[in-house]
Amino acid sequence: MKINLERLSWVDVFLWVFRVVAIALIIIGIVNTLSSGKYTSEQWGTLIFAGLAQGSIYALIALGYTLVYGILLMINFAHGDIYMAGAFTAVFLADKLATTGFLAVHPWLSLLLLMLLASTISMLLAVLVERIAYRPLRGAPRLVPLITAIGASFAIEYTFRGLYGPGFHSYPDVPPLMGDVNMGTFAVPRVQLVVFFAALVLMVALYYFVERTKMGKAMRAVAEDKEVAMLMGIDIDSVIVITFALGGALAGAAGIFNGLFRPQGVYFFMGFVPGIKAFTAAVLGGIGNIPGAMFGGLLLGIIEALGPNLFLEGLGIPAANQLKDAIAFTVLVLILIFRPQGIFGERLSEKKA
Amino acid sequence: MPMLELNNVHAYYGHIHALQGISLTVDQGEIVTLIGANGAGKTTTLRTITGLLKPRHGSVILEGEDLAPYKAHQIVARGVSMVPEGRGIFAKLTVAENLDMGAYLRNDKSGIQESLERVYRLFPRLKERHNQVAGTLSGGEQQMLAMGRALMAHPRLLLLDEPSMGLAPVLVEAIFDTIQEINQQGTTVLLVEQNALMALSIAHRGYVLQTGQIVLSDVAANLKENEMVQKAYLGME
Repeated sequence: MKINLERLSWVDVFLWVFRVVAIALIIIGIVNTLSSGKYTSEQWGTLIFAGLAQGSIYALIALGYTLVYGILLMINFAHGDIYMAGAFTAVFLADKLATTGFLAVHPWLSLLLLMLLASTISMLLAVLVERIAYRPLRGAPRLVPLITAIGASFAIEYTFRGLYGPGFHSYPDVPPLMGDVNMGTFAVPRVQLVVFFAALVLMVALYYFVERTKMGKAMRAVAEDKEVAMLMGIDIDSVIVITFALGGALAGAAGIFNGLFRPQGVYFFMGFVPGIKAFTAAVLGGIGNIPGAMFGGLLLGIIEALGPNLFLEGLGIPAANQLKDAIAFTVLVLILIFRPQGIFGERLSEKKA
Repeated sequence: MPMLELNNVHAYYGHIHALQGISLTVDQGEIVTLIGANGAGKTTTLRTITGLLKPRHGSVILEGEDLAPYKAHQIVARGVSMVPEGRGIFAKLTVAENLDMGAYLRNDKSGIQESLERVYRLFPRLKERHNQVAGTLSGGEQQMLAMGRALMAHPRLLLLDEPSMGLAPVLVEAIFDTIQEINQQGTTVLLVEQNALMALSIAHRGYVLQTGQIVLSDVAANLKENEMVQKAYLGME
């Protein structure tokens, strides 16, 4: 990179110092931790798998953000709550299936039913939010739909709180997901593997849809130029509805996956933090970029899983494991400062910025 | 019955009165050209026909049917295709995908295949590059792609907005030859051009636009001889 000394401002200097210090701290932390030999490579392996499973959930949610941004250049901040709504609704079906014994007899079929229900609910809700909160404001300044997004987010959260109370509702245990899978020298909880591969299947399916099908091509055309897309005979509104529906369906599936490997269960505010983390993942990969959201989600999951032990402990920070969220949001801030276009993103042009 | 008829069309951009009572007709099988200076309202006229801009007064009538209630994508379904100004190709899609989008509303597989072969016959370059991302094409190739894409819809009326813009003279000639060929194969053409000489040399009739109004209309040969046209648009003294 060429540096023009005369035009170097104090802000640039500060950012460079900041960058160097941040990298140095991370390296010192990693070296300290690794040289102390506190963790075995098996333990690292376990952490990486936990990160991949959590990351694949972020990735599924992040896809919803990125799909909508790609087409409408807006951040659907109600997306975390759309994710919550599916998981929350499906928990009642899960209870029913468990108490009637159906779950124990047909565990895989039950999981599929739960996923279908959660995806359908999230999908319908996403479409509804688009219709009510975003479509009437399509021509408005970009700050306006952002505000209605936050309004929609609260509306969904407190509707669920009003209907089902502020408490947690746990998913029942699903027998075939219990226990560990032996990976040679270390064991990985079976549920993590199942979640990771199921999420991977959904991501591949989405990628195929966007790349190969006529509707997928139309989505990409609309993302590039809405007017010309109309001149092709593409109905913009229906493409936008399908975009929201896809994002919602993926978020619904993510909600089930999350419910399966989080013992504390679902509650009305559960969408908030994962929503913002998935947004972080989407920004990390380059917002608007589909493989970027997938990669960003997995990467964020791994950073979050390894970070506390890998470099925070090495720096002598106490209770490092409670700083997971701090790491994730530090990543968001760092990305926005140093590489706002994300890993795979293009530099935003005037039109899109 | 004319294929396309504009009756006293008024259109606005915000407060700007861009079209001030445009009336024109295009008959089946014709090439009609709209010539005029920058800002005269040529592109705006095309936008009111495609439904991207709705006229505030007046009507746009296609084969006897008023287009007022239809949105842009529904007007495409009625047989009107446009090659927009600046080509408007989808830069991140491949050449083949761009052509696919042109046929978005069609479901007849064999018909689409036929159209594709026709486009590849008209523009062999596109066939060579069908897997290339469209943003990497040269300006002339992008113009071919934009025209090919419009033809994929199998339009009865083709609207062309400045197809010569930014192209080398030899390419311009090739593009205009192709427009004539497309017309002879049965597609009616409404052509907007700043290159009035080229436009009048292939058109049957022409309209001259000035600040949102039609000031002159005649068969192309007469317009070419018209003193005012020669002075203002053909660069003759």
